[in-house]
Order: sequence, then C-alpha cells, then structure tokens
Amino acid sequence: MQITLHLNGTSHPLDVDPRTTLLDALRHHLGLTGTKKGCDHGQCGACTVLMDGRRINACLTLACMAEGHDITTIEGLGTPGNLSPLQQQFLDHDGFQCGYCTPGQICSATGMLDEIAAGWPSHASDTLDGPFALTHAEIAERMSGNLCRCAAYSNIVAAIRQVAQGTGREDAA
Amino acid sequence: MTRHLRVDGPNHDDRLDHMAQGVIGQPLNRLEGPLKVTGRATYAAEARPEGMIYGVLVQAAIPAGKVLEIGDAPGALAVIQDKRMIRYGAQGMDEKGPTSGPNQVEYMGQAIALVVAETFEAARHAAQNLAIRYKAKTVPVNPEAVTPELPPKKQSAVGNVDKAMRKAAFCVDQVWHTPAQVAAAMEPHAAIAEWDGNSVTIRAGLQMLSSNRKQMADALGIRESRVRLLAPYVGGGFGSKLGINAEAVAAAIAARELGRPVMVAMTRQQVFDLAHRRSETRQRIRLACDADGHLSGIGHEALVSSLPGSEFSEPVTQATPFTYQAAHRQIVHAVARIHRSPAGSVRAPGEAVGVTVFECAMDELAEAAGIDPVDLRLKNIPDVEPTTERPFSSHKLAEALREGARRFGWADRRPTGQRVEGEWLIGMGMAAAVRVNMLVESRARVTLVQDGHAIVETDMTDIGTGTYTILGQLAAEMLGLPADRVEVRLGDTDFPPAAGSGGSFGAASSGNSVYLACEEIRSRIAKAMGCNEADLTLQDGMARAGNVVRSLAELVDGTITAEGHLEPGKTEKSHRQATWGSHWAEVAVNRWTGEVRVRRMMGVFACGRVLNEKTARSQCLGGMTFGIGIALTEAMEHDPRDGHAVSHDLAEYHIPTHADVPALEVHFLPERDAYVGPLQAKGLGELGICGAGAAVLNAIHNACGVRVRELPATPDRIIAGLDP
Repeated sequence: MQITLHLNGTSHPLDVDPRTTLLDALRHHLGLTGTKKGCDHGQCGACTVLMDGRRINACLTLACMAEGHDITTIEGLGTPGNLSPLQQQFLDHDGFQCGYCTPGQICSATGMLDEIAAGWPSHASDTLDGPFALTHAEIAERMSGNLCRCAAYSNIVAAIRQVAQGTGREDAA
Repeated sequence: MTRHLRVDGPNHDDRLDHMAQGVIGQPLNRLEGPLKVTGRATYAAEARPEGMIYGVLVQAAIPAGKVLEIGDAPGALAVIQDKRMIRYGAQGMDEKGPTSGPNQVEYMGQAIALVVAETFEAARHAAQNLAIRYKAKTVPVNPEAVTPELPPKKQSAVGNVDKAMRKAAFCVDQVWHTPAQVAAAMEPHAAIAEWDGNSVTIRAGLQMLSSNRKQMADALGIRESRVRLLAPYVGGGFGSKLGINAEAVAAAIAARELGRPVMVAMTRQQVFDLAHRRSETRQRIRLACDADGHLSGIGHEALVSSLPGSEFSEPVTQATPFTYQAAHRQIVHAVARIHRSPAGSVRAPGEAVGVTVFECAMDELAEAAGIDPVDLRLKNIPDVEPTTERPFSSHKLAEALREGARRFGWADRRPTGQRVEGEWLIGMGMAAAVRVNMLVESRARVTLVQDGHAIVETDMTDIGTGTYTILGQLAAEMLGLPADRVEVRLGDTDFPPAAGSGGSFGAASSGNSVYLACEEIRSRIAKAMGCNEADLTLQDGMARAGNVVRSLAELVDGTITAEGHLEPGKTEKSHRQATWGSHWAEVAVNRWTGEVRVRRMMGVFACGRVLNEKTARSQCLGGMTFGIGIALTEAMEHDPRDGHAVSHDLAEYHIPTHADVPALEVHFLPERDAYVGPLQAKGLGELGICGAGAAVLNAIHNACGVRVRELPATPDRIIAGLDP
C-alpha cells in the first residue's frame, strides 16, 4: 500500500506491505537503522520513537498508522557533530555500553522530560499534580520501559538528571 | 615486522606509568560514543546490500526425533533445508562448526529450516504457516530425573570432608538451586550474508571473529580464506555470541542458493531457544570450621545439565579450590544429559552462580559460628593456592574486604531482623568477588602516519566493553599522541586475528598486542633518533631523547607499520591468576508482600591496571546488575514434559529494569599484576557479577531472617519464610 511518513521533518512516500510495522518501515525500507529491534513486541523499549512528541514503541505501531503524524527518530534528535543535550550527557556519563538500547533510551528520555514538564505524575511521584522532584527513583520509574542488559542504568539516570538540571526542570537533587 | 611476546615471566617495568602522554587509565568518553548516541553505529542487521531478501528460521515443535516432511511455502522464494545447517550454536573458541543436519531434532525449538521471501513480512507469514511432519522420540528433559555423568577429570578430593564435618565446631550442609539463566543481549542474533564468486562476507553479531571464521568455514565446507566476517558493533554478547549460530549459517547457505544477499534475524523468542543458556544448577555445599572460624572442610557438589555429547558443562566450582583454604576439600561435578535448549557460556560461566551460592554458604557459616561475615572470610584467605601450592600472581581479597567494609559502613550493620522502617525490614549483606583470569593469543597491527595520527587494526570486537576506546588510549599513550589522533578499526577478519571478547580476557589480550606493536614502532623511532627505545619520550607528536627534540613528521617517512603478537606462556601455569573484590548491599524487604528493594549496592574491585576508569566502572555496574537479576528476578523455566523454554521473552524472563537498580557505587583498588603481560591488566567484564547476588541474598537474611536457597528470591519464596 502507498503511504507517506513524516519523519524528522521530511515526507517519505513509501510502498509497503500492510503488515509492515513502523519499526520495519524505518529499518528495512528507509535505511534508518538508528531505531532498534530488541524484541519486536513491546517489551524492551529499544524501538522507542516520538510520535507528535510522545514516546511510542515503533514495533507495536503499523507503518500505516503513523500516516498523518510527525515521527521523530534518534536520527532527528542530533548528529555526531551536533548532539542534543541528552545525547551529550549520555556520552559524558557513559550512559550506554553496547549502544543497542541507547537510541530508544534517548528518545524515551526526551519524551519523558516533556511528560514531567506537562505535569504527568508517575507511580513514584509524591503528588499527583506536581511539581515533581526529579529523584533517582522518579526518573528510574519513568524510564523502566527501556531495558538495558549492559545495565548502564545508574549512568543513564545521572545523564538525564544532568540535563534536567541544565534546563531548570529539576526541583530537587 | 612483528613483535612477539610469550608471557613466560613477570614484568615489573610499569612502563605505561612512565609514558608521557598521560591518557592511559583516564576516564575518556568512548571513541565510538557519538555514533552510538545518534543511532549511526550499525549493528549486524543494519546493512542494506542491493537486492537483499529476508529469511526467517523455522523451529522444531518436538523435543527430539526426525523431520519427515516440510510442506510448500506459498509467497516465499524458497524453503531451505540444507544438511549443512547447524543444530545449535558453537561454543566459544571451537575450531570446528557445530553438529549439522537440521532434520535430526535434539531439542524443542531447534532450527530446522529457513524460509526466504522478498520481504520480511512475507517470509514470517510463510514460516509460521508451514506444514511440518515429524517422527517424535521420547527423551529425558528433566535434569533431576536422569542418572548424571561424573566426568573423572572434574572430580577432586583432598582429605576427608565427612570427617571434618563430624569434628567441626560449626558447620553448614545445605542445598541450593539456581535456575537456567540467559544472556538476553539487547541485540537479537542476526546475520547478512553476501557471496562474491566463491567467497562469502557475513555481517553478524559475533564476539570472537578469529574462531568464528574457522567455525563458519567448517560449517559451510569452504576454505577459511573464503570467509570474511564483519562485526563492527555488537549489541551485547555476554557469552551468547561467542560462537556462530544457526541464523548466520542459514543466511550464508540461502544467499548462495538464491544468488542474492540474505538477512536472517532471530526473533527474541528464537534467541531464548537458540542462544546458549546458563545451565540450572543444584549445589550442595558443606563447610566445617573450628571454634575460631578457621575452615577445616569445604565440599562443593554441583549438578548441571547439557545436551548429550556436549563438551561444555557449567564450571560451577571453578573458583572453589583456591578462594579459601581448608585441610579437607572435595569437588563433585555431575552432568545430567537432557534435551533442553543448549547450555553454554553466559557471563562468568562458573563463578556467576558458583561463587554466589558459595558466598551464601559462607554467610550461613558466619551466622552459625557467631562470627562477623567479613572476619570469617579474612580468617580463611590462603597464602598460596591450596593443593598446588602455586603462588598467586596478586591477591587483593583482604584489601577489598577491608576497604569495602569501611566505605559501606559495615560497622553499622544490625543483628538480623532488628532494623525496621514502617513496613520495611532493612538489612545489609556482603560477599567476596573472585574470578579466574586468563590471556588468549592475540594480534594487532598499528600504523603510525607521518602527519601524527595512528591506526589500530585487529579483528577484536567491542561488545560494549570499551575496546575501541582502550585500544586507542593504549596506542596514544605508547606513541605520544592525543587520544583523538588514533583511529581504531575492529570487527573485520581482514585484520590480524585477536583473542575476541569472552572470558574477560579481551582487553588484556588485545591490549597487550597493541602495546607490542607500538613498542616495535617506538624502537624504529628510537633508531631514527639515535637513542635506545627506553630513553625515548613521545608526547603530543614530538620525540625527545636527552636534548634532542624532533617532530614525528621529520622522523617518519610516510608510515611505520608493525604487528604485535601476544601469547600466554609459563605464568599461566606457574601462578594462580585471579581478580578479586567484594560486594555490599543494603535491601529493604516488605513485611507483608515479601517484595525486595535494593537500596544501596557497592563493589570494590582489583583487576590490575585500569585502562579507562569510566568504561571499567561501567563494566562493573553491568556485572553487579546481573547479580541483582540472579538474586531477585531471573529464571528461565522449562516445561517439565517436553523441555521447551516457557519464559522465552522479556516479559516472562525478568532482567532488572531501571526501577530495580539504585545508583550503584564502584571502587577500584590500585594494582599492577606483573604476571599477565606488560600491560599488567587483568579481566574485568565478569568480576562484577561473581558473588554480587550473594550480597543481596545475605542482606535479605539480615533484614528478615529468611534464607532463600531456591533462586531467585521472588516475593512468594520470601513470604513463605516470614512470620505470619
């Protein structure tokens, strides 16, 4: 079927099998392999991308469902010569080892910080309506949909807190 | 020109400490980091050669028997059932391919065919709808229900442990069970194969390219020189990619048959079935000590399982003979031959579960004898390796125990069950960390270019371990270049063959080969300078000897290339080599639900020279987190009727998530081990897991008085031991 994906600010017309997931459209059809396939059924978070600014699992989204939405992948967040603040802090804090879950972690963290800014509480929050202290527990809870077997968790949380501090979003250390 | 070294004796030169550049050991960011955080690093399934088609593996639905017939696959290009397809993955460092012949089924889930189609969606659909006829066979699948083998070479006894137990002032005699565990690397196994004439290039997720190449050539029945393997980035291994597996062999066969590049990626469920599992273990531990806590008897009996004929069996007791001393000692190693998914190396084979359980037993003995757990360990550290009386190459256990106790605040630990915060019971636990150390033959090529940059080439891999970065730092240090002036090229069998990533030997083995190549280049620069190599200082692209200072541009005519070749030698036998450490944990156990939260966790480690403090620390974080998984969440369950892997995805097999892991703390003890080559560095990738789970389990006991001996310590198992 003919579809058009709006990806990282550019339109991409595609001819895909209706069964094609957004993840496989990115990886197999568009050569955007930054979005990773770790489990292909919503259990690991490696395929996290942003749809209209919200984090979703690209493996649980058919490509045709993404039509009419703005999709941002890791390639759209920054480049090796121009890293986003989160990408820079992941690098500085060694928030990854093998790097396979990393694009998903970074896309997820990008969406997560916006959720906090929008006043969405989590299971670890003290209040339902914010503001939220960006403690280790608060960030770890919100990032738990993104598995990392190398277990860079401690460093990932530190990287995210550093960015939150830099943007004045951290209410407490 | 190749500089070769066999490590036959000690090296006390501390040469890397005397180089001028000052980059070795520094916590530099990963060289390849910018590519990884922007999604530009390309893993196994991330090339798109022209005309590529997709293959999906088909798995057996019987525990054993024969595939009689496979039906047609409408919509597919081919159903491949080549007799060269392999039944299971190769073990690490095998020189031959694994048993082939997919029609003979040895375990539920074995790969029996490959369906290839123009698109992934079509291939998957066809593979799922194949009609397959089998002749099934009844086979044993339960390790507790068969008479195990007792390989004579794996049993040992000194003195009489029975007698020591009878005469002991205090003793422990308990049985623990650990479940099967898996590596669960985030990148599923995948391969892209493409032929050019009679030569094949296979891009795959592999840890040890030089032996993988031999395995692949043997499996395909072609010469090794016809096989090129590429693994520039590997999305985690933890043992699961030590050997070639079914997807890569099938991709190569299909690409040959269809004349087009073929990609085969395992599904997550297939990874659970086809990548090696760590065997479940049953461990009986007997400890006997006198009234002062000096051990008189140590017995460690292990039952593990693997497929009939497999040479691998989980080396559970590997560290037991040399960790503590006792006059009476016994090791029993039993292997149940059963038809479950193949068993093999998973991060720290042996010690990951062996040290963990042993350190739980030590905690029980400390409790029985009324001795502090740290003191009990300190009292029983041997001066030389028991039985063999070999010296240790270095020994840092006592220091790691004392340093850890001080840093963690061990003195504040309260008696069992006495620290309560609301509905949470708080406890502290500790364990020793120990892992055998080894070197493996490794080669690297280094080229110094006149303009003041260098290139390192070796078929070594970086599976997240930091290889790119540490090899770059080593060359920068030895050649006097800023770290960003070294380019490191890995993961290509066109480069000199390296040790590969496994058994924690990768950094030291490949690092020593880079060191040697650089030493050779230094000699040639020294010759041009008219000085001895030892008197040469290289820094920031300048060479200095006495009052003479010249730039590399003047000294290097174009390029200087040299190879380094490292081989393990006599120190492997003359000295017991190991890495040491200590683990510390504070947990909260919920009084009503049995939920365990790890509140604090710390590790103190000694691994010889630390090559990059940042990436080394990350290795330890990873190992310690595996320990949390072993203690609390990870279990691969097999159906007792047919042996199939029940918990075969990441919703059923629980690896620790963000929310399970607090901000972990890691400390290194300064150390130079003279017996492991001129780098004086040892392995680190696995030490962090060895015993880590025991610190958590011992903390659970300190918190609430419950000993969980059937791992993991899930809430149901803890509630069963709590007061109602």
